[in-house]
Amino acid sequence: MTTLTLTQAINAGLRKAMEEDPKVVLLGEDIGTLGGVFRVTDGLMKDFGSHRVIDTPLAESAIIGTAVGLAYRGFRPVCEIQFDGFIYPGFDQIVSQVAKLHMRTHGQVRMPLTIRVPFGGGIGSPEHHSESPEGYFVHTSGLRVISVSNPQDAYTMLRQAIASDDPVLFFEPKRRYHAKGEVDLELDLSRAPAMGAARIVASGTDVTLVTYGPLVATALDAAKAAFDDGVSIEVIDLRSLSPIDYGPLEESVRRTGRLVVTHEAGETLGLGAEIVAAVTERCFNYLEAAPVRVTGFDIPYPPSKLEKHHLPDLDRMLDGVDRALGRPNSLSGLEG
Amino acid sequence: MLEETASPETSPQPGIHQLIGADGTSVVDELLAPFVTDVDDDQLLELLSDMVVIRRIDAEATALQRQGQLALWPPMLGQEAAQIGSVRALEDDDFIFPTYRENGVAYCRGAKLAGIMSTWRGSANTGWDPYEFNMATPQIIIGAQTLHATGYAMGLTMDGKESLAIAYLGDGATSQGDVHESMVFAASFQAPVVFFCQNNHWAISEPVGLQSHVPLAGRAPGYGIPSLRVDGNDVLAVLAATRWAATRARSGGGPSFIEAVTYRMGAHTTADDPTRYRGVTELEEWRGKDPIARLRAFLQGRGKLDAGQEAALEAKADAVAAELRAGCINMPDPAPMSIFDNVYTSGHAILDRQRDHYERYLASFSGTEVDALAEGNRS
Repeated sequence: MTTLTLTQAINAGLRKAMEEDPKVVLLGEDIGTLGGVFRVTDGLMKDFGSHRVIDTPLAESAIIGTAVGLAYRGFRPVCEIQFDGFIYPGFDQIVSQVAKLHMRTHGQVRMPLTIRVPFGGGIGSPEHHSESPEGYFVHTSGLRVISVSNPQDAYTMLRQAIASDDPVLFFEPKRRYHAKGEVDLELDLSRAPAMGAARIVASGTDVTLVTYGPLVATALDAAKAAFDDGVSIEVIDLRSLSPIDYGPLEESVRRTGRLVVTHEAGETLGLGAEIVAAVTERCFNYLEAAPVRVTGFDIPYPPSKLEKHHLPDLDRMLDGVDRALGRPNSLSGLEG
Repeated sequence: MLEETASPETSPQPGIHQLIGADGTSVVDELLAPFVTDVDDDQLLELLSDMVVIRRIDAEATALQRQGQLALWPPMLGQEAAQIGSVRALEDDDFIFPTYRENGVAYCRGAKLAGIMSTWRGSANTGWDPYEFNMATPQIIIGAQTLHATGYAMGLTMDGKESLAIAYLGDGATSQGDVHESMVFAASFQAPVVFFCQNNHWAISEPVGLQSHVPLAGRAPGYGIPSLRVDGNDVLAVLAATRWAATRARSGGGPSFIEAVTYRMGAHTTADDPTRYRGVTELEEWRGKDPIARLRAFLQGRGKLDAGQEAALEAKADAVAAELRAGCINMPDPAPMSIFDNVYTSGHAILDRQRDHYERYLASFSGTEVDALAEGNRS
């Protein structure tokens, strides 16, 4: 085991994938000489050459669209979108081309692209640098969507994403980029948990708290704080946003009877809405209270001095837990 | 060679390159002539045959749409020389990224007629295996395929291959951001890609003048991409121009841009009515530049096209049309459960659940009906 930051783990995952398969190529803005604005690709151009770590002009649609052509040719491109808010110029190529070409060609053309997206807030960035666009891609059939929360998952799941013959949107929680953790670099991928498997990261009996990516650490903090208050929270890291692995959620909610979902993205049609609906369909008779969502607001991302009000934090999560438990909370006495 | 005109510093030729004039007489063009010195009368007859056949495909498909057998059809009437001249300049291992209108190109690549029709009948999204014919699936999103061609061409370079990728696009596509981004990338990485723009003068109802205040070929040098304008109704000139670009690509010269100046004589698709947006005079002017009549006159002028050959051409076109009609009308509807196929390369829990539930729903009907649904409705 090696202690790595999340960025170092992703770098190691890219390196391993490139060593194993010469058809793995990286494309993105500033990923070569600079090593990426977050240094995720640091040193890779030096070791693999500019034909495999391709510094591109500033054109997101072209980064994705030329990767489509490379995939036609048998390559496995890994695209870096520099920031979440910059993915929209490439949106059409992702949802109209990358997602659909396998089905459109009756399975004859594969699109094994991995599209890495640093996402989410909490780092004090200006506009367009702190967004949570995952819902758009979860809604698009043909894509797989991943969000990692720790260095080991980042290393393992990135390699799984690159090995996948389906296109993968790989959301990296930028505010956790410097979080450290133990990583098994010799991990046997065939023995690793499946890329789509949700994981219980803290066991509990009173409430099921579901989240992913940047908020997993916050949810764990909330569980620790609640424990001191006599409440046992089970925290589930979704890991895969498409498909969502409902098995562990169903099993957990049947035990706890209570569900709270939390994410940074806005509430309306966010992942929380889907999870609440799906768990309610599957576990209605086990629910002891209406499921609760604790999310970002339905607003354009605010200036960084205000983002602490937008992002769910430990206290907002605990308030949501109180709502699920029927304990006094900020909405007590409010009808509907 | 054309290097002096191809230099990024040089504006494209103000005129339009031609080898056969509108009246069927030979035109001297020092730029293009060297690329077709091997083309003899027999090969010209084959080009004529191709054009006659794809015009007949076009007419038959248009009729089938009017008869309710096709949901839609994008006519290529008037653009036969642009399609045939370009595709016949390619090698088998060159990879084509077409729009939705290159049905004549698909035919020449070997795609089955029923397969070509299946997209327009609504039976399938793609009517051929892209890797069998080295031709991508038809692209509906305007200009998207130019990036795919550029990326494929970048891959060819990485693989050390000497073949090329060609992107077909229309005049309207040149307004799309993807086309401009593709030219930036193609120039940046000197990708062996040919941008083959068929300027048919109309992007549905928007005239080419709305798209650009300069000749479309004039844009490419701004990206460092050599370009030329060619008479798109002159099949020999289009063949030569595409060979020029292909030669550059294969020899490491990088991307090229061809503007084939032609005219869409029919509608954009069978869903629109061109009489609402363009005048009769314009259409009649272009009818006088008909690509098939031109080559026919050229060959007749050389005494190389007799009544027997004409009859053979028509007979071939009739046979193709009959095959197309039969293939279209007898095409089975796909099986209902096939809507779930190939969305992913392997299982996806949510989709698998939906598939399972829908299968159970279908199974709640009579067994006979379920079987029929599963096997496909052959009505």
